[in-house]
Amino acid sequence: MNNFTYTKATDVALAVTEVSAQGAKFLAGGTNLVDLMRIDVMRPNHLIDIKKLPFNHIEEKEDGGLRLGALTTNADTAYNEQIEQRYPLLSKAILAGASAQLRNMATDGGNLLQRTRCYYFYDTGTPCNKREPGTGCSAINGYNRIHAILGWSEQCIATHPSDMAVALAALEAKVNVTGKNGDRTISISDFHRLPEDTPHIDTNLQPDEIITSIDLPAKGFSQNNTYLKLRDRASYAFALVSVAAGLEMEGDTVSDVRIALGGVAHKPWRKPEAEALLIGKTATKENFQQAAEALLECAQGFKYNSFKIELAKRAIVRALQQAVKM
Amino acid sequence: MGKILNEEDSTKSSFAVAPPLMPVTLHINGHPYSLHLAPWTSLLDTLREHLNLTGTKKGCDHGQCGACTILVDGKRINACLALAVGYEDVEITTIEGLAKGDELHPVQAAFIEHDAFQCGYCTPGQICSAVGLINEGKAKTTDDIQDLMSGNVCRCGAYTNITAAVEQCYHQSKAQ
Repeated sequence: MNNFTYTKATDVALAVTEVSAQGAKFLAGGTNLVDLMRIDVMRPNHLIDIKKLPFNHIEEKEDGGLRLGALTTNADTAYNEQIEQRYPLLSKAILAGASAQLRNMATDGGNLLQRTRCYYFYDTGTPCNKREPGTGCSAINGYNRIHAILGWSEQCIATHPSDMAVALAALEAKVNVTGKNGDRTISISDFHRLPEDTPHIDTNLQPDEIITSIDLPAKGFSQNNTYLKLRDRASYAFALVSVAAGLEMEGDTVSDVRIALGGVAHKPWRKPEAEALLIGKTATKENFQQAAEALLECAQGFKYNSFKIELAKRAIVRALQQAVKM
Repeated sequence: MGKILNEEDSTKSSFAVAPPLMPVTLHINGHPYSLHLAPWTSLLDTLREHLNLTGTKKGCDHGQCGACTILVDGKRINACLALAVGYEDVEITTIEGLAKGDELHPVQAAFIEHDAFQCGYCTPGQICSAVGLINEGKAKTTDDIQDLMSGNVCRCGAYTNITAAVEQCYHQSKAQ
């Protein structure tokens, strides 16, 4: 690990000023950053420990939603009674990720900011445009079993590893941030970005901004939801494909539906046009298959990951069936 | 090589010399420890290399194997991913802090009763993790226990007996 200096932030305005310096980074749970520093993938020269900032509460919002403080741990979020009752999809997604130890350390804000688990990103002996812009992508012609099938670019085919973010995409959460230029709110669909020509930039959060909270809208799909995660072992592994599905039903008819995919792109993947195909339709396997086909229409795989396209289609159908208890 | 930095040089080139050590007070197994540590020192290295508390093991050093599991305010974490400078105002419990004198912690006793280890390297982490799992109280089934213990790897493959030991303690604690 490279040498760095360390301070503890007690004031958000000061923390934002401090992080504006070249090479400075915020440290929260540290479960990804400390690991990446240990293998020299990230080399900040200054860490600002933000764990003592007052962003670790879950609060009711006037619009009927909930506000998750950015420093609330993943475990405290998943096991929060209100989350379990009103947003079980989020609880299930968080508990499908990492281990109990990591969930006790990792924060909700940090979960969104974790980096890809692309093997080449982690291997400083290989070119990687995300790690070192302009060096090339080793995955595109390499071993790319875990990589993207949607939204990738010639520069990067990495996927975003979060489970929580996939559920947040289905719930249409909003990310509240503050920075030198004041407060702003970023919808979850605009928070993570596609790699395009700048894969070293994961999100639309500016370098001098900090996440303060994540807002969950009132609609939680608490009756009909599922988080289906498919991976190489039953627990403690990243998703090959995951599906966060939430539906509202009137009898057998779908009145609202959200489908978000994980493990397939540089960000949680949604396609509202595919979801729209189900509105007003009966919850049948055939209708679910139509939506799945539409969702994966533009998917394109590589030598070792083309299986994900069919896997994702079947996962969508199964997730929707589970959510409506078929 | 051999150049002696004068005072001015050493303040300019902060990384020609290591940044100064930081004063850190940790509360471990009921005792306060005052140390001076580099900010990149992990809690795991602090325990093992600075405090001679070598019960906590280093396996992968990447948060994947669980050998370094300790308890912070009763919650299990991976000590390898924790920077010691950030853990001043909390109560840290390691495997050395579980027994009361000669009386083993119930989880320690259950691991012996169920023969829940072979080489023993992962055992302190398994036991601390099990104590954390019992504190959390979220397991409903044997499957849940296995899932919630999946952050602790045992390469001897003693999982069946580990699960039996944890399950017994879990039900005993629920019954109390």
